[in-house]
Amino acid sequence: MSVPISQQHRVPPVEAGQSDSEPVLMVRDLGVTFPARRGHSAVAAVDVVDLDIPAGTTLGLVGESGSGKTTTGRAILQLLPSSGSVRLLGRELGGMRPGELRGMRRHMQFVLQNPYSSLHPRMTVEGILAEPLRVHRTVPASGIDARVDELLDLVGLDAEVRRRYPHEFSGGQRQRIVIARALAVDPDFVVCDEPVSALDVRIQAQIVELLTSLQQRLGVSYLFIAHDLAVVQQIADRVAVMYAGRIVELGDVADVYARPRHPYTRILLDAVPVPDPDVQRARLAAPPVQADLRSAPEPEGECVFGRNHREDGSPEWHLFDGGHGASCRYWPAGVRPDDTRA
Amino acid sequence: MMSGDPVLPKDDAPVEGEAAALLRVRGLTATFEGHGHRVPALRGIDFEVGRAESVGFVGESGSGKSVTARSVLGLEPEGSTIERTGSVLFNGRELLGLSDKQMQDIRGRQVGMVFQDPMTSLNPVLTIGDQIDDMLRRHRGWSRRAARSRTVELLDLVGIREPAQRANDHPHQFSGGMRQRVLIAVAVSCEPELLIADEPTTALDVTVQAQILRLLIRLREELGMSLMLITHDFGVIAGMVDRVYVMYRGEVVESGSVDAIMHSPREDYTKALIQAVPRIELPEGT
Repeated sequence: MSVPISQQHRVPPVEAGQSDSEPVLMVRDLGVTFPARRGHSAVAAVDVVDLDIPAGTTLGLVGESGSGKTTTGRAILQLLPSSGSVRLLGRELGGMRPGELRGMRRHMQFVLQNPYSSLHPRMTVEGILAEPLRVHRTVPASGIDARVDELLDLVGLDAEVRRRYPHEFSGGQRQRIVIARALAVDPDFVVCDEPVSALDVRIQAQIVELLTSLQQRLGVSYLFIAHDLAVVQQIADRVAVMYAGRIVELGDVADVYARPRHPYTRILLDAVPVPDPDVQRARLAAPPVQADLRSAPEPEGECVFGRNHREDGSPEWHLFDGGHGASCRYWPAGVRPDDTRA
Repeated sequence: MMSGDPVLPKDDAPVEGEAAALLRVRGLTATFEGHGHRVPALRGIDFEVGRAESVGFVGESGSGKSVTARSVLGLEPEGSTIERTGSVLFNGRELLGLSDKQMQDIRGRQVGMVFQDPMTSLNPVLTIGDQIDDMLRRHRGWSRRAARSRTVELLDLVGIREPAQRANDHPHQFSGGMRQRVLIAVAVSCEPELLIADEPTTALDVTVQAQILRLLIRLREELGMSLMLITHDFGVIAGMVDRVYVMYRGEVVESGSVDAIMHSPREDYTKALIQAVPRIELPEGT
């Protein structure tokens, strides 16, 4: 496997004031509002989301259906109208002209959950992989064939499969093709939205391993969206926990999993099935935890961390050691920060 | 089953004796036929499900676990035909060879089923109340009024709030987890002796998955049903079943009590499946 493909097209866009330390992706105050529909008022699907992803690292984004994690991914890729700021490689994507944004798209790609519906059934593998190369012209027309072979090799598929159609592959192989397509134009940043949740557990492990090794070889950064915290632990450096459109906890994976601060993070961690009959039987026999924290009362006066935001105007985000932070929103009455270790 | 498998049921696991078995399957084969090909899906499997027993079937895509479930139900895969041989004894009655009409009577009434995708398993144009009423009226011959009254009880049983109002809603008005609850209500509406659940939580969030698993445990206790739980995930199986059959390429490669299999798996394939379950690792001392 020759390595230089990753260097070929990587010309960082230049912008005044961009420092080397700026992360590949910087998201500030991101908001997405779904407009009112009959019978329903407007919904803030994503509200005040701040995220940084340094080069060559993975941020896991976890939460349940409806928490806004997929919407966040789509808003970052500018596939949805949003407010706030999204900077990729030091360039602000919000308000960019369509032509300019199209040019930025080769730096940001995505891998979706369902490998059955995200590949065109009437296109061969080589057609699927060549398309982004033609659109973004990252290699000359004469180099496309070689690049397709290179991509197949990169994701562990034999060059002989290039004439085949998606239905001839298993779910795991299809996801490899989707990953090869995402990496075709050598992006700096890839949103992986539940890339393994439709696959058998053994295949899940293989795909996670592939994504990790590709990151090491190519230096690509991932936003890895998943509802399964155990999978996120295998791939992510940092993790953001999303609830009701907001980030309620963010920090290094090891730190957040060992010392969760927010009650919702604890609920998610406890819900992951454990492959041990005694442990799992005991868990299922225990009374279910109230997972709907939305009804938690707004704190009057002091919050759980002892701040009075209304009076001192401090943010609802509370920082601990090592850049580990949590929100004081959505805490059920009576739950104190230390209780979440129970 | 592995020949000479000495794994004994542990503790108070129900006896595997044939008299006690609600479902007894012997030498079941299933072969897909289509486009001039014959593809074997089941290569002669044996298993039992005892009364009020909970049994897991674990394997990956293509292992034959879903074909096993559908064979008990007499369901044909879409777009191809399937040829079955062997014996499927349910309550002492041979199911292989029954007519479609006879099987329809068994499905729903004596054997309930819940599949993975809660959206495609419900009729989108009917209210969920109508769909459950329909089961009760068809299988039990109840009046419209009696059926609706039971439907509301069932929706309450599976944990749907304001069941009388929600009965008038259509499937799209429910979340994925709530739809799966509705499907479970449909499946248990005629108080079947056996509930077959094929990947019932695969498409769901972990928190919702735990709720659905708890619901299945509670219903099994309240209704005294047997359960066949089919999944690729040993994490899901762990707290749910008494015994496990591990399937690979249309065969049962290992079987025994869930504790024996998960604590000391014999086959490399079983070990690999257990090993692959993503689990949260915490550093020592936390």
